[in-house]
Amino acid sequence: MSLLAVRDLSVAIGAASPVEGVSFDIAAGETFALLGESGCGKSMTALALMRLLPDAARIAGGSVQFAGNDLCALSEAQMRGVRGGKIGMIFQEPGSSLNPVMTIGAQIAEALNVHADSVDGNRVVELLAAVGIPDPQRRATEYPFQMSGGMKQRAMIAMTLAGEPELLIADEPTTALDVTIQAQVLDLLDGLRRQRRMAILLISHDLGVVAQMADRIGVMYAGQLVEVAPRAAFFATPGHPYARRLFAALPNAASRQYRLATIPGSVPPLGTLHAGCRFAERCGEVLPICRVQVPPWREHAPGHAVRCHLDALLSQKVGAGETASASLPTGSGTPLLEVADLRVHFPIRRGVLQRAVGHVLAVDGVSLRLDAGRTLALVGESGCGKTTVGKAILGLQAPTAGMVKLHGALMHGLAPAAMQMVFQDPFGSLNPRLRVEEIIAEGSPTARVDELLQQVGLSADMANRYSHEFSGGQRQRIAIARALAVKPILLICDEPTSALDVSVQAQILNLLTDLQAQLGLAYLFITHNIAVVDYLAQEVAVMYLGRIVERGTVDEVLRGARHPYTQALLAAVPKIEGGNEYLRVAGDPPSPANPPAGCHFHPRCPRAVARCREAYPEAEALSATHAACCFLAGAK
Amino acid sequence: MLAYLIRRLLYALPILIGVNVITFALFFIVNTPDDMARMQLGVKRVTPEAIEKWKSERGYDKPLFWNDSAAGADKLSDTIFFGKSVKMFALDFGRADDGRDIAREITLRMGPSLVVAMPVFALGLFAAITFALLLVYFRATYLDFAGVVLCVGMMSVSGLFYIIGGQWLVSKIWHLVPISGYAEGMTAAKFVILPVIVSVLAGIGSSARWYRTIFLEEYTRDYVRTARAKGLSERWVLFRHVLRNALIPILTGAVVVIPTLFMGSLLIEAFFGIPGLGSYTIDAINAQDFAVVRAMVFIGSALYIVGLLLTDISYTLVDPRIRLS
Amino acid sequence: MKLVLLWSDILFFLLIAATVAGAVVASRTEHLRQCWRRVGQSRVGMGAAAVLAVFFLIGAVDSLHFRPQLPDSPQGEPRYSAEVLSALDVLLTPLRTRTEKTYSAPLATHLYAKETLDDAGRDFPPLQYPGTHLFGTDKVGQDVLYLTLKSIRTGLLIGTLTTLIMLPAAVFLGLLAGYAGGWIDDVIQYLYTTLNSIPGVLLIAAAVLMMQVAIDNHPEWFATSAERADARLLALCAILGITSWTGLCRLLRGETLKLRELEYVQAARALGVSGTRILWRHILPNVMHIVMIAIVMDFSGLVLAEAVLSYVGIGVDPNTISFGTMINTARMELAREPMVWWSLAAAFAFMFVLVLAANLFADAMRDAFDPRMVDR
Repeated sequence: MSLLAVRDLSVAIGAASPVEGVSFDIAAGETFALLGESGCGKSMTALALMRLLPDAARIAGGSVQFAGNDLCALSEAQMRGVRGGKIGMIFQEPGSSLNPVMTIGAQIAEALNVHADSVDGNRVVELLAAVGIPDPQRRATEYPFQMSGGMKQRAMIAMTLAGEPELLIADEPTTALDVTIQAQVLDLLDGLRRQRRMAILLISHDLGVVAQMADRIGVMYAGQLVEVAPRAAFFATPGHPYARRLFAALPNAASRQYRLATIPGSVPPLGTLHAGCRFAERCGEVLPICRVQVPPWREHAPGHAVRCHLDALLSQKVGAGETASASLPTGSGTPLLEVADLRVHFPIRRGVLQRAVGHVLAVDGVSLRLDAGRTLALVGESGCGKTTVGKAILGLQAPTAGMVKLHGALMHGLAPAAMQMVFQDPFGSLNPRLRVEEIIAEGSPTARVDELLQQVGLSADMANRYSHEFSGGQRQRIAIARALAVKPILLICDEPTSALDVSVQAQILNLLTDLQAQLGLAYLFITHNIAVVDYLAQEVAVMYLGRIVERGTVDEVLRGARHPYTQALLAAVPKIEGGNEYLRVAGDPPSPANPPAGCHFHPRCPRAVARCREAYPEAEALSATHAACCFLAGAK
Repeated sequence: MLAYLIRRLLYALPILIGVNVITFALFFIVNTPDDMARMQLGVKRVTPEAIEKWKSERGYDKPLFWNDSAAGADKLSDTIFFGKSVKMFALDFGRADDGRDIAREITLRMGPSLVVAMPVFALGLFAAITFALLLVYFRATYLDFAGVVLCVGMMSVSGLFYIIGGQWLVSKIWHLVPISGYAEGMTAAKFVILPVIVSVLAGIGSSARWYRTIFLEEYTRDYVRTARAKGLSERWVLFRHVLRNALIPILTGAVVVIPTLFMGSLLIEAFFGIPGLGSYTIDAINAQDFAVVRAMVFIGSALYIVGLLLTDISYTLVDPRIRLS
Repeated sequence: MKLVLLWSDILFFLLIAATVAGAVVASRTEHLRQCWRRVGQSRVGMGAAAVLAVFFLIGAVDSLHFRPQLPDSPQGEPRYSAEVLSALDVLLTPLRTRTEKTYSAPLATHLYAKETLDDAGRDFPPLQYPGTHLFGTDKVGQDVLYLTLKSIRTGLLIGTLTTLIMLPAAVFLGLLAGYAGGWIDDVIQYLYTTLNSIPGVLLIAAAVLMMQVAIDNHPEWFATSAERADARLLALCAILGITSWTGLCRLLRGETLKLRELEYVQAARALGVSGTRILWRHILPNVMHIVMIAIVMDFSGLVLAEAVLSYVGIGVDPNTISFGTMINTARMELAREPMVWWSLAAAFAFMFVLVLAANLFADAMRDAFDPRMVDR
């Protein structure tokens, strides 16, 4: 018998239904993943199970059977015994999910007080130790702000373990974390599940995470479950056209020569009325019946059911699109962009007179070289200084030292129009008070707005509208058009797709490739997403704690990494194919205000030797283009 | 943290100097001492001799900044600016127009002001927070709605109405307490109780509504959801998480007014005949006693600056994020 | 008849013109139109707006001032009365001219106090205009309703002109401090911290005292007593403005600091847009909702403050009809036996309706304009 049985669960917010008719089962000790893009109702489903819906929302129908009880029928007091006791929950933002002014220990003790029969002072420390927090005695007395993001998520997990839950709901538990930390937390969750025979309901948008963690998978789209399948069957033969397109939209090395398959449009907004299949508007294989009749569940194989009118398994797996544009120029002569020994240090002021007592070495001697028409990816985890590099090159941030040359000309202050930037947050990068045409003509009043709009794949009649009417992907297109208006030759793209869903990310990546081919643009692409690098870039530089630790062509770095950090970074990325060789790194990145002596990476490096503690390794050239800052890089 | 406090203290000094300069400019540059004398003595048919006499009695017959006729350091110190403004830093406020020593008057009148202002502060804070908590506990019900309506209604009523209405109803109709007056010792209670209640009532509408917004905002935080997901009861969540966290800005925000409690309330003291600093100020305003008003402006600002310092200190004590970094 | 244009009239009509102009701009700007549509959807907000509109209409009619021609002035060389009247006075001529001898209760037929009559000993003498005084009459027999209606203009002026006077400085300095940073920020912060640390009432008291001295020493500045009272009213607005701009300034500085780091501002900088243009195009429109909310939120507080200040003796000229002066004179009457309560009640009731409407309208506007509310 299953531990959790959800039947026909619906959630209503006013007239809209963010979750409609969702049914699934979870067996004890099993990991079931709800997969889908943002706005598909995954989190709302989880909150409904806990009966923790926001004030405006309510459960409109269906039942939730948990270990023989109908959770929807329990009184609020009985439900409190289930929350944190039988079912634990962890959230996406460990930073804001912990009370900032209570110690970690006190917050765990609170959960123990409610659910444990006898409270023993050591139990808090035991729980912290169980989730792999070093020095748990001391950590229990600390406040959340004194811990790193990964530590906070571990503490959250410890808190849910206090009630010995039979089911753990993990709502995007690692989305806010860096990949190396994500790998640690996922390992921890999986280990706990085995140890305690605890079921996990994992909510994620990340196919890689799901592939690594889940036993069975449910795909959600626009508030409905559209496919349920065991992991192997799902990754081998995804049934629903939406699922198949999600796979095709994933960038990787194999799709490099091709345009990515995209899903046109975006997830329908809450409150849309649907007559038939909710995916019909965006589906490439849509039939007339799809628009009028809600598709029934069809079971293709035992445990693999798809909600689609098509006999899905017979239809073609969606391949990548047509070949991408012509080959790229190779570097020769003067580089387009040359950065030498760039440093950005922020003073730390202390004391009565606010004297600088130290510096945050955000960027500490970065040198780059980028040729016209090519793409250099700057890769690193949050806090490594990669965004600061971009801003310093543009002159938005005054560098402490170093030089930036564009076309051989030394730059001072703000960069000329030839260099432009595309930002991460599509909502923060457009002034909500301006029309699209005003935004695009910002840098050049004579710009041909209609042509630019068409160039980025929007229609010219959008010029009169305001940015809040557009989706994230469309906004990012507008931001690109604004940069193109001044005819740049180099675009600095700062995580332009990391706030977007996979299907929309593919649209933007396609656009960037097209523009590069048409206009000969060069990109400095700042990202943490290795798959995007593999798809888009020709060269890669890997940053760690303000310095570049390895550089080279994409093949050299991503398939022949020599620096242990690069290797760890690559290994930590969850792969759909599964079965990757693990080089796990322990701990968190140190603070750039106080980097470790010697090689910055040595405290976390599994291969560190005595030398690594003493001096920072010089870059060792491994080929004409490949170099790594590691004493052991030369030795295999 | 000590360095931080020292720095704040050093920062307070230029502010105090600025306040001093502003008051000096207001009282001696906008109008000359001659103007003030004419005003005091009656504008029409006032002789130059009478003006000179008025000025020299009060020490306004000296030059503003630079006394050429004096010798040595007196060139600077024997001036209006030094005598009337700089000396205030040494708490030397001079004499009022009726000849009484202002500093002595202030020490005498601080007591009654505090006897009224302190209970108003403490009770007002307590009542507003309790009322706001009640509304938040019943949030999104008709009780909450009615409470908010009551708050808006109460804050739309003039403060004068509370005073006049209170005096009329409690003292005149019910004869419960005297209309106004003051006495030392325990008998003060019967004089103080009405002004305290009236002040608390007058302030509760706007502050309760404001605290309610703060509480509601705290309710939307992620950690409150976490607390519920732990299985904590709604009351526990309200008191241990929402109230505790929201009280940090509320209480530290209230700290700033604590030193200024010494100044009393102009309106309440005037209406209820409390012989505190508030009624002292009102009397001075009505008598156009510039020396007293100047002294009160300076003291009030100094106390406010002390309040700012106390706010900083209380923040560092209460909020671990500041205490430990 | 000779038109008299008081400074406060000019400013008041400018304000109304600016509001109309603002409405025209708002109707052309998409997001403003949406915000106002949200205000329009709030029934409470619209009710409050209707009440406010009536008050403002009365205030506007009361701001058309003139001096009537004296009836006995010779032909060709008209002479004018020293008394300044307003259009409202003309409309309310019956109320204004039907004065009694002294107190009478609302809608009474007889005076409130016994008098020795010629024929029948001591009795309540009949009124000249029995049953016409809705709110009774005051000590000198003036109709209380007339006084209350005349008070409205004073309340509105204090509530609006004060904010108007301080607005340019608060917006300019707040944006400058937030955007420029560095020593400019330090200086502006120092300025408002210093001003802010002087207790408001005391600073107002000191400033009003000084203003009084200046006005009393220079009687030659003003042609009529109306002009003098008007100057004092404006000076009071200015003083209130100077003491109250600091809050808005600090708020705007903080918001500008946040906006400055937003990506669209960074993008504009990368495109080479100048600092002033960024302030004008990107920062100012995005803090305007704070300014708007501040204007309506301050209004009710200022109307209430006027009453208190006038009571303390540091408010408007004692000859200016205002809620404060009405309450001040009426307070003494409570001690009479039997009590005279109606002037006080009328003043408080009108003030309550005005302030309540302003508060409710401010709430509706804040809900509609505050982006955090909109997102919910």
